[in-house]
Amino acid sequence: MRQRVRSAWLFLIPMLLVLAAVAGWPLLRTIYFGFTNTSLADFENRQFVGFSNYLSVLKMPSGRVIYDGLLVDPVWWRAVLNTVKFTVISVTLETIFGLVVALVLNAEFRGRGIVRAAILVPWAIPTIVSAKMWAWMLNDQFGIINDILLRLNLIDHKIAWTASADTAMAAVLIVDIWKTTPFMALLILAGLQMVPIDIYEAAKIDGIHPVKVFMKVTLPLVRPALMVAVIFRALDAMRVFDLIYVLTPNNIQTKSMSVFAKENLFDFDKFAYGSAASTLLFVLLAFFTVLYLWLGRVNLEGGR
Amino acid sequence: MAKLAKTFGFYLLVLVIVVVAVFPFYYAIVTSFKTGTALFQVDFWPKSISFSNYVSVLTQGSFPRNLINSLFISSVVVFLSLLLGITAAYALARVRFGGRRIILFTILSVSMFPQLAVLAGLFELVRTFGLINTPFALIFSYMIFTLPFTVWVLTTFIRDLPLEIEEAAIVDGATPWVIISKVFLPLMWPALVTTGLLAFIGAWNEFLFALTFTSNNQQRTVPVAIALLSGATSFEVPWGNIMAASVIVTVPLIVLVLVFQRKIISGLTAGGVKG
Repeated sequence: MRQRVRSAWLFLIPMLLVLAAVAGWPLLRTIYFGFTNTSLADFENRQFVGFSNYLSVLKMPSGRVIYDGLLVDPVWWRAVLNTVKFTVISVTLETIFGLVVALVLNAEFRGRGIVRAAILVPWAIPTIVSAKMWAWMLNDQFGIINDILLRLNLIDHKIAWTASADTAMAAVLIVDIWKTTPFMALLILAGLQMVPIDIYEAAKIDGIHPVKVFMKVTLPLVRPALMVAVIFRALDAMRVFDLIYVLTPNNIQTKSMSVFAKENLFDFDKFAYGSAASTLLFVLLAFFTVLYLWLGRVNLEGGR
Repeated sequence: MAKLAKTFGFYLLVLVIVVVAVFPFYYAIVTSFKTGTALFQVDFWPKSISFSNYVSVLTQGSFPRNLINSLFISSVVVFLSLLLGITAAYALARVRFGGRRIILFTILSVSMFPQLAVLAGLFELVRTFGLINTPFALIFSYMIFTLPFTVWVLTTFIRDLPLEIEEAAIVDGATPWVIISKVFLPLMWPALVTTGLLAFIGAWNEFLFALTFTSNNQQRTVPVAIALLSGATSFEVPWGNIMAASVIVTVPLIVLVLVFQRKIISGLTAGGVKG
């Protein structure tokens, strides 16, 4: 037994070392950079500056007080707001559509295999590729979406979906929902398939309306799976980067926290400031991760 | 009559789901076969088929090199994460020892890390070791998302295997390494294929690290290459080439996913829902 435990550690150490090198150490360094004035141009020369990347107070001789830093940066708060908006709307709609698709896939019908294969297509397409595909479909001059909407008389002029302030967020949401609903549907379907069939048969014999069966039986039974799927997706949505960076570059209406941090780190040469933003993003996500582990009652014991 | 309407409505819904899911990719294929001014006409069906976009993407510029980079990086990442993952998963699933809970908690937490949280620190590491613009920077950094996922899914898989299968080997005095390689490995092929495939897709699709740690066309991976594909002038977006490149990188993925769809679905749900 002692020997087994010893070799267990031997097996674990390489994995743990890699995780420490690739996650633990870089995280600590990011947090540290947030408290310095590191810049890309002069990377080695850095000074500790305390919290001033987050908030600094400057008292002018005239008596005026100037606040500076991330916590009073309107662009940062705009990014936080965009991220929250994106997360709430995308996850809500993905859950609703995912539930519909999962219920369809849970029914017995001819061609079910084809539908399941079809919904895997958006999931399999790389995010960058789907961003480009949709950028083309949403193109203001030559896009097929404007063409269809014009033909149906739903719009009277061509819309610059990804560039205009009113529609950029909608464009991002459309692509994300299209790409991620399949994943949601599959997670919910796994939950649906655990509901015993006898329940439905009993309800049918008793003549209970299907909607009532759905509300009173199906939904409560899949709720745990649904909850975990929702939080899992929400965590993913809060770190959104690729889609927004490629579909709507340089757009204040859609800029997420991740895009804000990456731009400051490498595009604006404000490495330390970007690190501070990354740290805040991490703290926020860590909070929700703990919530997920707690709500999901994830089994860490290994016993079944 | 009511039943007929219901069936009709159901199949209409099915049709909508399938069309919405597949149409964008279909339209990308249609676009990739167009050239010149035909590109700027909206067509629902291919009117004429030209392979010139494919020829130009595959012969000019660095796209073939980018494909090789992606293939190399993703394969090495999968190999390393499976190698580290199998042994770790065996220890976590089959040996009882103090600290196991904490390790599992850590693994799960790391899989939730926002990439941005480690980007600055990873940049420093990669820069210090002179790995910028090399595939090793990406192989190293991709372990952050493939490794926790691999360990987690393989641990759940081994946990579900009956205890009896290794008892005989333990009685015979086999060492843990022999147990893994001779007893578990042959049983684990389905799980290895699933996790390997999902890890491969993750590495193949990754964008942020690849964008940050490479700066010349020759070293880029395909997602970055596609995102940065530009025309002769900056005002002219080469949509035909972009769509051809997109189809090239996506078709193998879709084929793999459809071939292994049952395994992938079980792998996804194990990684996402089950604990």
